[in-house]
Amino acid sequence: MSPNAFTLGRIVRLSILSLGALLFLAPYIFMISTAGKAQSDIFTSSLNLIPQHWFYAENFAKAWSRVHMPTLLFNGVIVCLMILVIQVVIAIPCAYAMAKLKFRAAKAMMVLVMLGLLVPIHATALPLYVAFDRVGALNSYMALVAPFSISVFGIFLFLQFFRAMPDDLIHAARLDGMSEIGVIARVIVPNAWPAITAFSIFSVVAHWNDLYWPLIVVSDQAYATPPLGLLYFRAAEAGDDYGALMAATLIITSPLVAAFLIAQKRFVEGITMTGLKG
Amino acid sequence: MTTLSLSNIQKSFGGNHILKGVSLDVQPGEFIALVGPSGCGKSTLLRILAGLDSADSGEIVINGREVSGTQAADRNIAMVFQSYALYPHLTAAQNIAVPLVMRRLTRTQQIPFVAPLIPGQRKAVAEIHRDVREMAASLKIDHLLDRKPGQMSGGQRQRVALARAMVRRPAVFLMDEPLSNLDANLRVHARGEIVELHRRAGVPTLYVTHDQAEALSMADRVAVMIGGSLLQLAAPQVIYDDPQHIEVAKFVGQPRINLVSSHAEANGVVALGTERCALANRGLAAGTSVTLGVRSEFVRVSRSGNAGLPAHVERVEFLGSEIIVYSKLDAIGETMIAKVTPAEGAGLGPGTPVRLSAAAEHIMVFGADGARLASAPLVKSAVKEVAYA
Ligand SMILES: Nc1ncnc2c1ncn2[C@@H]1O[C@H](COP(=O)(O)OP(=O)(O)OP(=O)(O)O)[C@@H](O)[C@H]1O
Ligand SMILES: [Mg+2]
Repeated sequence: MSPNAFTLGRIVRLSILSLGALLFLAPYIFMISTAGKAQSDIFTSSLNLIPQHWFYAENFAKAWSRVHMPTLLFNGVIVCLMILVIQVVIAIPCAYAMAKLKFRAAKAMMVLVMLGLLVPIHATALPLYVAFDRVGALNSYMALVAPFSISVFGIFLFLQFFRAMPDDLIHAARLDGMSEIGVIARVIVPNAWPAITAFSIFSVVAHWNDLYWPLIVVSDQAYATPPLGLLYFRAAEAGDDYGALMAATLIITSPLVAAFLIAQKRFVEGITMTGLKG
Repeated sequence: MTTLSLSNIQKSFGGNHILKGVSLDVQPGEFIALVGPSGCGKSTLLRILAGLDSADSGEIVINGREVSGTQAADRNIAMVFQSYALYPHLTAAQNIAVPLVMRRLTRTQQIPFVAPLIPGQRKAVAEIHRDVREMAASLKIDHLLDRKPGQMSGGQRQRVALARAMVRRPAVFLMDEPLSNLDANLRVHARGEIVELHRRAGVPTLYVTHDQAEALSMADRVAVMIGGSLLQLAAPQVIYDDPQHIEVAKFVGQPRINLVSSHAEANGVVALGTERCALANRGLAAGTSVTLGVRSEFVRVSRSGNAGLPAHVERVEFLGSEIIVYSKLDAIGETMIAKVTPAEGAGLGPGTPVRLSAAAEHIMVFGADGARLASAPLVKSAVKEVAYA
């Protein structure tokens, strides 16, 4: 039997999966549809997926002209990139030390990492806000990036990954003349791409879509991240112009969707972490 | 010419005393095999020697210099790991080049893209390439240089690991069971190759294995380590013929040595069931427990006559050039193993009554603490001409 034959079981399985996918995609599809509708279309009593008058050009033009999209996207990229780079640069040596070096505080650090995983940003938001206010750092990239520079989740993820790396590999590297930093740069990182990819996806998605923290520390449009910009857009400009709002949403989600489609293979690889076998 | 000396190395892991005072001297150019059962601390000792782990106490002296406080990289010791530990993301050529790059290029000369502009860098890199290719040629792995470890067989990886360790001409060479992942044929072949490489390089080598055949066939001297202590360090022949400890006798030799425990009576006479044997060591106090040992090739099996101890054959194994006979002594119920020629073993089968004997000079006597007692233990049998033990 060929693996592609459409047996009954396969059809059932595929339909269940398709139905699930459709369910999860429905809001997004509806958003794409709404982005192409005129105001009058949206507020008709019937629910149409295909717009009656194609209004895409107008809605996108409106979205693009009324808020400064380039600034929003640029801020999003800068903030996410800075957060990601700092998180990785801090988390990898930290996880390496905890996984492979022997030192007395290792146990205590492990407990701290676990505790860190338990505390949500919402619990620390207020003290952080007060602190940033005191040093006059509100409305800056620093305020957007600094609270996330140490990712306990990242440390935890890399820790698990590094623990599985053979000790002998690190011993060999030391005998070959590498310093600890050299071991990280030349041996650990090149073999940790699956973990780094997986972590990058989690980090970028979380911070690109984050509204909570930017809303707290940013009030100046110049530092607004995409979701925050969307909020301004709705409040100040669009009112109930949902077509333009959906068009704007489409614009700010498109980089992530594009990135995902391009990196789909690595994404799956990273999630399943099958990098170092064989 | 390097010399290496370890004295009284101790190591514990969380209350477990793993190395109990190991002392060892390696002469220039010597090949020493370190054998012992799994878990006796062989790898731990190598790691301490290499500087990857630290000893609780003891001294390591290389060329007259105490190196305990020195970093692994500065001891100029190379090691081949049991798992080979090749860098998975680098090709064979890059793997072999790593120790040279780390040693010969300065930090700035290693910066990608910019480095070739630095004076001297191109020449150094060219030399590294040349040395890598020479090394690869001498190990016959030239055709593998562009492959990554994942695309090589176990034997090929083992050679690349060997090349990576040898390419920088280390002062001391450590190998931790480098052949244990190979199949039997390849292992025998690789044995010869490693010995040949060692002879050419002349670097003192400490070779860890738990395969006694490897140790006996390759090494100048064999160190037998059991339970964290070095019980004997001697030439292979001496280790086999003249073990100084019962554990050494048990560990070395295939099939394993026959051992019978007993106790001394007055005047150094030893009882074996109803039989009596006299020991040369007459000073042995009556009641002392002793163990007698004899290697299987020295046990004579005869079907006629009344010399020797009566026994019954339990099982016969035919191995081509020789036959292994398992027979149970009637007097004490111990099973003895005898290695005989096919002619001697003809007609033996389960249940055949036989008599076992051994020449006195082949019988070893061990005391209760396991140490070998007298050098020529049995002079004569009190009852019969020769008794087996
Ligand atoms: N890092 C460690 N922490 C705790 N115990 C350890 C550690 N390393 C080794 N041991 C213990 O030390 C003992 C000796 O280990 P070692 O690896 O030296 O054995 P080995 O002689 O090389 O055995 P094998 O022939 O199986 O490789 C073992 O009982 C092991 O459990
Ligand atoms: Mg070992």
